[in-house]
Amino acid sequence: MCRVVDLRQAVLAKNDASAHELRAHLAARGIAVVNLLSSPGSGKTALLERELLLARERAVPVAALSADLATENDAARLARSGVPVKQVLTDGLCHLEAGMLAGHLDGWLPDDTRLLFVENVGNLVCPASYDLGETLRVTLASVTEGEDKPLKYPTAFGLAHLVVVTKTDIAEAVEFDEAAFRANVEQVNPGVEVILTSARRGQGVGALLDRALAAVDGTPVHSPVMARQPHHHGHPHTHPEATGTMAHTHS
Amino acid sequence: MHEMSVALAVVDQVEEAATRAGDVTAVRSVRLQVGELAGVVPDALAFSFELACAGTLLEGAELITEAVPGRARCTPCAHEWAVGMPPRLTCPACGGTRTDLLAGRELQILDVHWEDGLGPAHTPTREPIPEER
Repeated sequence: MCRVVDLRQAVLAKNDASAHELRAHLAARGIAVVNLLSSPGSGKTALLERELLLARERAVPVAALSADLATENDAARLARSGVPVKQVLTDGLCHLEAGMLAGHLDGWLPDDTRLLFVENVGNLVCPASYDLGETLRVTLASVTEGEDKPLKYPTAFGLAHLVVVTKTDIAEAVEFDEAAFRANVEQVNPGVEVILTSARRGQGVGALLDRALAAVDGTPVHSPVMARQPHHHGHPHTHPEATGTMAHTHS
Repeated sequence: MHEMSVALAVVDQVEEAATRAGDVTAVRSVRLQVGELAGVVPDALAFSFELACAGTLLEGAELITEAVPGRARCTPCAHEWAVGMPPRLTCPACGGTRTDLLAGRELQILDVHWEDGLGPAHTPTREPIPEER
């Protein structure tokens, strides 16, 4: 016969569960993941190269995993820092998922690691939906991308714990309006910190490492409005939490 | 475009639920709640869903998406507003930045309409009973 079966299951429940498990597993080993999101060409590899070098100079055990659709170019660049680096080829997939990341860390991530930087696939749409078990989610945008980037990609910027502007050395040439950019970030993610960086000139280099180390040491990270669980106030428009796995039927 | 991954996750979960229930012969439709801020495009999802269903128990199933508008509430002044797209998450009334997002991030399967061989004893007919909502 024909039935309507209530499921009330979050579509990404499996990824969220894997992410939760990975975060707890890594936290028990004293490791935190930093998930870096940006569009292609925003300069996240260049900034990361500098941060990894700095970590090495300061004897902070870090590692980096870079995800791309194709080529090992980024891993080759990051490996010059001397820290453990792994390239993941997603074979066309536009984002990483928590289970994939966990599989790649298994047997590779050194035990003494404190921070793992994950350079997600260059894409501001899809990776935003997938929790990788990170402790710190960082969304980057270069000064050339336009001040309205946070409004065009509200989930990527709205779910960030930290926003990083790159390539400030050419800000003047491209007439980057910092105040407008900050106002747009504030609109989708009130209270999030925005850091200005230039990998070429060294501006702001180390800030990412400092914030990540603070996070691994237990300093509370920013709590984005978009990432908080909805609070219910007894209004009639409440929506049930999406975790139930027991189905009941009404036919 | 991660809508294909989302569609595959939906198919996977419905198939699991069907296996748990036992004796499900076909899935007619799946009703999905998609928040305005879920980062999923319903049209792209519908396209992917059809492909993801091919060769599964869900072959030919209809995807019904229910859009959920984004709504927020200001903690200090209690003002409530529709966040719009792009969303405004600072309070339009007092300018406050302590905001609760009440709705808009939903991405969940609400219910599934399927056929099974487990007819209730009191129903002599095998005619489909219309959905009650």
